[in-house]
Amino acid sequence: MARIELDHIRHSYLAQPASDDDYALKEVHHVFKDGGAYALLGPSGCGKTTLLNIISGLLHASEGRLLFDGEDVSHYPTEARNIAQVFQFPVVYDTMTVYDNLAFPLRNRGVGEAEVERKVRETLDMIDLNDWAHRKAQGMTADQKQKISLGRGLVRSDVNAILFDEPLTVIDPHMKWVLRSQLKLLHKRFGHTMVYVTHDQTEALTFADSVVVMYEGEIVQIGTPADLFKRPRHTFVGYFIGSPGMNVMPVSVAGRQARFGDETIELPGIPKTPMGGAIELGVRPEFVRIGRQGMPATIQKVEDIGRQKIVRAVVDGHALAAVLPEDGEIPAEPRVSFAPEGINIYAGSWRVDYDNAAEGETA
Amino acid sequence: MNKPWNNKAWFLVLPVLALVAFSAAIPLMTVVNYSVQDTFGGNQFFWAGTEWFEEILSSDRFWAAMGRNLVFSAIILAIEVPLGILIALNMPRRGWGVSVCLVLMALPLLIPWNVVGTIWQVFGRIDIGLLGRATWALGIDYNYVNDPFDAWITVIVMDVWHWTSLVVLLCYAGLVSIPDAYYQAARIDGASRWAVFRYIQLPKMKRVLTIAILLRFMDSFMIYTEPFVVTGGGPGNSTTFLSIDLVKMAIGQFDLGPAAAMSLIYFLIILLLSWVFYTVMTNYDAEK
Amino acid sequence: MAATDNTMTASRAPAAAARIRRRGERARFAWLVPTLYIVFLMLPIYWLANMSFKTNQEILGAFSLWPQEPTLRNYAVIFTDPSWYSGYINSIIYVVLNTVISVTVALPAAYAFSRYRFLGDKHLFFWLLTNRMAPPAVFALPFFQLYSAFGLIDTHIAVAIAHCLFNVPLAVWILEGFMSGVPKEIDETAYIDGYSFPRFFVRIFMPLIASGIGVAAFFCFMFSWVELLIARTLTTTDAKPIAATMTRTVSASGLDWGVLAAAGVLTIIPGALVIWFVRNYIAKGFALGRV
Repeated sequence: MARIELDHIRHSYLAQPASDDDYALKEVHHVFKDGGAYALLGPSGCGKTTLLNIISGLLHASEGRLLFDGEDVSHYPTEARNIAQVFQFPVVYDTMTVYDNLAFPLRNRGVGEAEVERKVRETLDMIDLNDWAHRKAQGMTADQKQKISLGRGLVRSDVNAILFDEPLTVIDPHMKWVLRSQLKLLHKRFGHTMVYVTHDQTEALTFADSVVVMYEGEIVQIGTPADLFKRPRHTFVGYFIGSPGMNVMPVSVAGRQARFGDETIELPGIPKTPMGGAIELGVRPEFVRIGRQGMPATIQKVEDIGRQKIVRAVVDGHALAAVLPEDGEIPAEPRVSFAPEGINIYAGSWRVDYDNAAEGETA
Repeated sequence: MNKPWNNKAWFLVLPVLALVAFSAAIPLMTVVNYSVQDTFGGNQFFWAGTEWFEEILSSDRFWAAMGRNLVFSAIILAIEVPLGILIALNMPRRGWGVSVCLVLMALPLLIPWNVVGTIWQVFGRIDIGLLGRATWALGIDYNYVNDPFDAWITVIVMDVWHWTSLVVLLCYAGLVSIPDAYYQAARIDGASRWAVFRYIQLPKMKRVLTIAILLRFMDSFMIYTEPFVVTGGGPGNSTTFLSIDLVKMAIGQFDLGPAAAMSLIYFLIILLLSWVFYTVMTNYDAEK
Repeated sequence: MAATDNTMTASRAPAAAARIRRRGERARFAWLVPTLYIVFLMLPIYWLANMSFKTNQEILGAFSLWPQEPTLRNYAVIFTDPSWYSGYINSIIYVVLNTVISVTVALPAAYAFSRYRFLGDKHLFFWLLTNRMAPPAVFALPFFQLYSAFGLIDTHIAVAIAHCLFNVPLAVWILEGFMSGVPKEIDETAYIDGYSFPRFFVRIFMPLIASGIGVAAFFCFMFSWVELLIARTLTTTDAKPIAATMTRTVSASGLDWGVLAAAGVLTIIPGALVIWFVRNYIAKGFALGRV
């Protein structure tokens, strides 16, 4: 268990990267706290697996340093870093029994057989595979195999961190849930530092205390699931998290007011002088109100998803989604307004803070 | 597994069947026919029963050739399989080196077998061959024409030269099919080079290795052309393998009866081996 | 606990690092193994090529690692003497004939084995494979008599058909492997779209297994090209393969080493060309483990 510091890490798969575009990781500067459960969330190709492999030492970063508990490990080989990693496709040693699979990392490190026995038994209990100990790993199901890969990490009590690279991709849906809650439980009991890579927001939000959202080789936001929901720092976070994603519309801002087409929207505060780039207003469907006040809208479609309704509306030629409670009513001449606490202003896709005190609310 | 039952599929197999019947079944029947008859000067045949089989099975000549064949197969397997694995493990996985290795290594496989013999005959000769001259210069008394031991060395080195690439290519194919994640997991688990080989690479090569070993065993058991060109079975009978002996008997001495009986015994042995081969393969598939 | 663990990690790290560094160094010399092997493979071939550019006097005279007075005389002999170059043409004719026949008849059979179960299918498949295992020496004499009876001795077609003995089973085996990799739904969709079987097979199915056909053709070419025992038994003059012509010259023309070497070099070239063209498929064909 260790605190993992990523000190200005940049990585390119090219030998001589010329521009920023050649970097798979543009610049990552971040600390994973000891014992934290983190999710790295982002679409395919955003650099999250690259980052993971840099931590585990399968890749060496082109620039920057990596520190475990303050010790520079940037040039350590994988095995010296004492990291566990679970891959997308289960990796088990086919010809070995489940027991031997778990004993493998210990035996490789020259641990005595008595200690191996003790640790493996303990781990078998943890991952619930006691009955399978002396079976060949070959014919097992994908979720069992994935448990074995996890077990090979857990069996070493001194691992600095356990890394997961989309570990549930090949697992049946109902087993996904079971495995995820087991993981969560293990984290609570043993307090390993865990980093979990995924492109599935549900997985990320349920697993992690802190979610790191990556986009095009950069970290765009780090925060609790609630932060990501309420104050997306980047429009991408708004799109990517939540279903349906955040509504984003072009506006112009003057003082406390934003103008959208012919309409004027009151803001919760005065945005700091925008840094330039296109100005946009973002509001989550959950903060869109449909009633008799606000901007006139036409309703295109209402999707009933059980306890809620998703309303697809058009305001001033711009599509908007709104989430209404199941019994929410839609008037004959509907108008749309936004709850002030849900309104965010973006300049060049990045969120702009407000000048007044309204900001302190979530901190 | 879930293939539909359809006897009309026989029509699709018919051309193969006709062709193979013509080129295998009819000749085989001729052999069976000869093996139980005796002939005097051409066209007269007499029933001989199992006489030829008894003669062959009790002849020292047959068992000596058989023994040489088994020793030869054992030696070349003991050399080619480990060597092939070693080379495959060290072959480049990507880049221009792959094509170069594949093309150059496959080259000996596509040289007509008697040319392989000729190449080594020339290469090993003490008067004009590089190998012969080199060993001679080093003060080693090497002459495959007179010395049975040297003849054996030559035939074995020639077979290693000719066929190790087959083992290499098969193993290489097995190795490149291993996903990177296995190597990464092994590094994370702190596995040594040996452990990676033993627990990741060797299990993945098991299937292709089975094929390589059985193919090499069978082909070396049938070897004819290369040693025939280099040594002609000599000096003496020291490199006379079953095939060479058989051709000598059938075409050289025209002893049709014994030759046919020997053919059948020989073929049955190989059939037995191929049955083992087939069973091992299908069992392995079933396990999967 | 955590503190001791960390000191353990710290003390072990340098040792592990040193170990991996050593491993890295060994990996750096990995190229040495295949390189040495390739040198071993190339030496005898080089020697043959070397000899082919020498005169007989030079071959038998002073020992030299490369031709002192390079000559193309040996090649000239081959290209001007019909008994030499026709052997070359004969070989190519029957090898190509055999490859075409083998693949053509193997295609429907492989399809049957990969798609249907039928009476005796397993036994038939096994029986086919046993022919791949049959020693050519066993068949040499009966072949001679059989083809004599049909008056086919010394024709290209005789050798081509005889080589089917081991090439057809091989082709069926390789093709069956590739075909099993094509989902059955493709066949069904095509029938629903109203394709007849032959049209479906040629238009849709064959393009899908093109690389399999390539691999099968390669191996048929290879085994027919390298085989000599049967080819020599079945031919006398008109269809005599180049390789057999060579053996004759060794004994007859008082060991013309230069010409022999040149002929040998020429027999290596077609194989080398074929390998070059299929180099990207070789590994794939082997990967199926069906050779």
